[in-house]
Parts: sequence; structure tokens; C-alpha cells
Amino acid sequence: MFELRDKTVADEILSQLKAAKVKLRFMHVCGTHQETLVRHGLDTVLKKCGVTVSQGPGCPVCVTTAREIEEAIALARRGYTVASFGDMLQVPGKDASLAQVKAQGSDVRMVYSIEDVVNLAKQHPQKQVVFLAVGFETTAPSTAAVIENGPPENFSILSCHRMIPPALQAILRAGELRIDGFIEPGHVSTIIGLKPYQLISRQYHVPQVVAGFEPLDVLMSVWMLVQQVQQGKAAVENEYARAVNAEGNVKAQRVMRQVFAAGDVAWRGFPVIPKSGMFLKPQYAAFDARKRFADDLSVLAGESFPEPQGCLCGAVLRGVCASQECPLFGCQCTPQTPLGPCMVSREGSCRIEFQYQKK
Amino acid sequence: MCLAIPGKVVTIDAKTGHAQVDYGDGTSRTVNVSLVDVKVGEYVLVHAGFAIQVVDRKEAEETIALFKEMLEMAGEA
Repeated sequence: MFELRDKTVADEILSQLKAAKVKLRFMHVCGTHQETLVRHGLDTVLKKCGVTVSQGPGCPVCVTTAREIEEAIALARRGYTVASFGDMLQVPGKDASLAQVKAQGSDVRMVYSIEDVVNLAKQHPQKQVVFLAVGFETTAPSTAAVIENGPPENFSILSCHRMIPPALQAILRAGELRIDGFIEPGHVSTIIGLKPYQLISRQYHVPQVVAGFEPLDVLMSVWMLVQQVQQGKAAVENEYARAVNAEGNVKAQRVMRQVFAAGDVAWRGFPVIPKSGMFLKPQYAAFDARKRFADDLSVLAGESFPEPQGCLCGAVLRGVCASQECPLFGCQCTPQTPLGPCMVSREGSCRIEFQYQKK
Repeated sequence: MCLAIPGKVVTIDAKTGHAQVDYGDGTSRTVNVSLVDVKVGEYVLVHAGFAIQVVDRKEAEETIALFKEMLEMAGEA
């Protein structure tokens, strides 16, 4: 009942797009949208209709900076237990990934949910258990709910949570790429609703459509953006009404506001984006790994963490470079031997391109 | 990362804030439902062990019909 794969509708959308004779570039900021686009060949058919859809910084694993990964590695090497979602463990650090550090004997765990980490901390009260907390507004409420509930004393988080709307503004401000509209991430939007996008449409006169993840969702959102462009509109529309409502998930917003304060943070490929990071408020400092282990992390102070030589993940994340344009793509850099995070993550554009096009 | 899977709520334990969610493919999991107001029989989107939103079943069933209507209207214009 939740699958949208009606071929006659798809054909009608594509024939109307072709008839519109447009030449437009849209951006989406969600790895799951990229998966739908590439897996079903929609990127290719849309190009034939004059529509290019680029992936922006919509992969939490990819935009996590090298410094944040080094923080987690430093804590694991100090003997603490470090847990995170699967893909995070494979991202190369300066001289190793978390998975390699685990192979060298450190206690690194792959988890499905933050609740697994809380249970781990309860089972091992003698251990310090640190959760490398990555993810956008979709994921941050679960972290916030756990923190507000009072987790065990030996539990802490390394918050790398980030917010999508400030990144959209950063891309528009930088103006590296002409963007005729945004396909907004459906699951981030289940939480934040439509309001944050409305401010952006007003400020930058850019059309936006919140979209679901079935092939027809993505095609329809492109069609809706094209309609807006042709009518000179810059509105926020909701294609994913079965899961997204205008006000979003108010309970989740409340707990995020309660626990996190917005702060400036760098994203991989970007300079510092103002107020885009989610940091624990002072009253929850006891669960902030950066405060609890400040001495252990002080070894990283003043160090710089350059991107792997030749890796174009930064440009890929800004949408200015396609994965295949990177000289390392598919040669030195493959899912088995990833040099940058976009080849690691299942949401990374390089990994998706490699998986479905086998180049 | 922002992947979320729809599933049907089978039972809810109000004390712990957890529910048993059936994904319809033979798998079911315990899910934290503290972030949503949901009743048994409704569908939720599950992300990283938490239900993040209740799926509007009526909207879901009408999605394709709505698309067809929009396309028709544009086609006639």
C-alpha cells in the first residue's frame, strides 16, 4: 500500500516534462533520494527531459568532518567503548577507520539504535560508553529523548547532529551552482514540518517540494518543481502528505529544543555553517563526551585534518562535481577501498553510483 | 541514514513507551514510540529504532489518484 510504482503515471509525468522543454537543475539533500534516482534510472530519464538533479550535502555520514571522526578514534584508542551506526565505522580517518581501530583491539560497536548503546552501558557499568551521534533532524530526536530520560552515568554522546535548513541557506549564499529548486528530504520533514523551508523560499525565491522516496514520489516532486518554475512561483509544496504535515512532529521538536542548542559547525566540503550544529545544552553537560573527556581529546587541539589526497567528496557534497568526475572514482576509491566518505556510506553519491552503474 | 520503514503497530506497552511493529514481510521489532501519538493498528515510520511519524493511511491510498488528477489538470491547461 505504500509502494508507488504506477507506470502509466510515470509515463504521463515524463511526457509532460518533455513537452515543457525546460533546462533546469534541482538539488536534493537526501541519500535516499539519490538511491531512488540512480537505482531506478530516473536520473538518466530526467536528463533527457532537460532536468538535472544533483545531490547536495544530504548524507550525515559524508558531512561528518575528519576532526569528528578523529575524536571518536581517539576515545576508542584511550580504551573507551565507542558505538555508532554501521557506515560511520568504515569512514577513513587520518591513519585508520573506527573499524580498523576495532581490529587493532579497541572496543568499537556497530549499533542499529541509540537504545542499543544505552543497554550496553547498563550491562557494563564499569565501562565508559560513548555514542558517536550522527544524523539530521530525523535522527536527533531519538538522541534527545534518551538524554532527557536520564541515561546511565557511564553513557555519553559525541554529538555530530546537524540541521538541514542552514545547509540549504549556505548553498544558496555561496552561489557556486545555479539551483532552480530543491527536492526536500521527506523524513527530515516529518520532524521539522514545512515552516523552516518557507523562510528560505521567501528569502531566496527558490521553489521547494518535500518528497517521499518511491520512484513516483521523486518524479512527481520534479514535475511539481517544474510547474512552479514555469509559473514563476517559489512556494513550499508537500508531495509526501502521507507522512509529512505542515507543523511536523511537535513532540520531537520539543525534545530537541529541550536538549540541544544550535551552534556553528563545519561540514565536510563546507566552511563553518552558522547555527547548523546541535550541541548539548549546559544542563546536560554530564553526558557530553567532549566535556567528559576533554583531557583525552586535547591531543587533537591545533591539529588539522586535510581531506585524503585527490578526494573530491567536498565538491561532490556541494553538488558542483559528479562522482564520476573524481579521478579516484572506481579506481583507487571503491566500496572495498574507500578513500572518502561518499564511497563508504550507503547514502553517499559515489557509493550509490558505483553500486548501480558499476563504473 | 534517514531511511525510515513503515510498519503496523501490533501492541503497545504504555509503561515502557515501546511497541511491537510488524513490517509485513515476516519481521517485527520492538520500537520506541515515545515521539508519536499512535494507536494499535496504525502505521508508523520507523527510523533507528524510533517511530518518527504516524503514516496517514487515507493520504497514502489516495496519493496516486491525486497525482493523476494534478497531471490531468495540467494536461488540460
